[in-house]
Amino acid sequence: MIELCVEKSLHGVSGDYRLEVDLRLAAGEVVALFGPSGAGKSTLLRMLAGLVPPDRGRIKVGDTLWFDSAKQICLPPRKRQVGMVFQDYSLFPHLNVRDNLRFALADKKDLKTVDEMLALTGLGNLQTRFPASLSGGQRQRVALARAMLRRPQVLLLDEPLSALDHVMRTQLQDEILALHRRFGTTIILVSHDLAEVFKMVQRVCCLEEGKIRDDGPPLKVFSPQHMLGRWQVHAEVLAIVPLDVLWSVTVLMGNQITRIVASTDEVHDLRAGDKILLFQKAFHPMLIKIP
Amino acid sequence: MPFDWEPLLLTFKLAIVVTAILWVIGIPLAYWLAHSHVRWKALVETLVSMPLVLPPSVLGFYLLLIFSPNHWFGGALQHSLGIQLAFSFPGLIVASVIFSLPFMVHPIQAGFQSLPPALREAAYVLGKSRGETLLRVQLPNMKPSLLSGTVLAFAHTIGEFGVVLMIGGDLPGETRVASIAIYNEVEALNYSAANLYAGVLFAISFAILLMVYVLNKKLLDTI
Repeated sequence: MIELCVEKSLHGVSGDYRLEVDLRLAAGEVVALFGPSGAGKSTLLRMLAGLVPPDRGRIKVGDTLWFDSAKQICLPPRKRQVGMVFQDYSLFPHLNVRDNLRFALADKKDLKTVDEMLALTGLGNLQTRFPASLSGGQRQRVALARAMLRRPQVLLLDEPLSALDHVMRTQLQDEILALHRRFGTTIILVSHDLAEVFKMVQRVCCLEEGKIRDDGPPLKVFSPQHMLGRWQVHAEVLAIVPLDVLWSVTVLMGNQITRIVASTDEVHDLRAGDKILLFQKAFHPMLIKIP
Repeated sequence: MPFDWEPLLLTFKLAIVVTAILWVIGIPLAYWLAHSHVRWKALVETLVSMPLVLPPSVLGFYLLLIFSPNHWFGGALQHSLGIQLAFSFPGLIVASVIFSLPFMVHPIQAGFQSLPPALREAAYVLGKSRGETLLRVQLPNMKPSLLSGTVLAFAHTIGEFGVVLMIGGDLPGETRVASIAIYNEVEALNYSAANLYAGVLFAISFAILLMVYVLNKKLLDTI
């Protein structure tokens, strides 16, 4: 059980706002934090890791208080059983893959754990390579293995896969899920990618300007209740072209590009880059914009 | 008259001791300057940088006043510890440390600031203390800055003249370093000896800088 009840004043691009979050996570849960950039997602992770102190509140993981402003408790990061994977990998450039993992050991002689983790993540044949000579996917795999080496109670993933291509991303998503099945670690994932959220988690918390606006299973959070069509699909608008009295809308669904017909009403506030929901009602697919 | 090697030896002894002390003082100071957010940091930064703009004779003059046994500081040192800083080798060391401080601190401070913060945060989250992170993550990833700081401080100490003259005077074997010996020999119209001192300083300075550039390229290639 993780209790995260924190407040902090933040300076965003559109002015100052207060981060006020009260979250409870079950042990072993995988939760996504979703929301626009600058909503406070990364800050929330950094508070859990102990890299940023909240102004007020309480963080309790299992039976241990990590932070409590009332009791003036604030454990430093090294005393918190937490693993973190950053978007930019932050591997130590002067250490090879094996030594990057060894760095995380509490007991320097515990080389067996390193070997196990190298084998588990398929990094055995890369262990003498230095980070600079690895691809983005390989680096992130090393970072993941390094974070898991300490068997953290919580694994914090701060947009870990956003810099990777689609194939690599899918592969690493599978690996994260495999690690989760094996170790049962609680995972908090910050992500901008809807497909990733749907694939990885059973619960998503939407953060906007420091507040949690929505909390629940992805299907419920991202699909309005009254929209019970036969099928529905998330997509992104690529282009809108007039077509006599109607409009042709080119959309991206996953990796697929499709053209659909839409009415003037449907497209009047649409722009390229908007996220939309496609659904089948009667004859042709219809679409609505997702706020 | 046989050539007197003592000023050269004294110069290098001074430079080595000063550089070693500057490592001990300069790295923590640079770390603090790079990471602290206190309001009076600007004051400390200014004090550290003062030797860059201050005429050496001004610094030397004030240090001489403070080191003098008549001043409370110099007097206290002399009475309690028996150390006399004015016109002595220890005095030269103290003065040179102050004078070369910015040359050690600035490159190292820049080195700390150029490291991505995520690097040290990653180390903290992996269970390491600040000290361990400094020694095992930060310093190993800023070798070029450490090298620049060390070499600049060392070379600057070798080349010092004004401060040394004010504080140390010209005592053979105690405060007569090479730069002062050159001045003496020229005054005595003994150009061949001056030439030799100057030539040795020139050659060594050149060799040190060349080594830095070669090493720095190698260091940068390995990171």
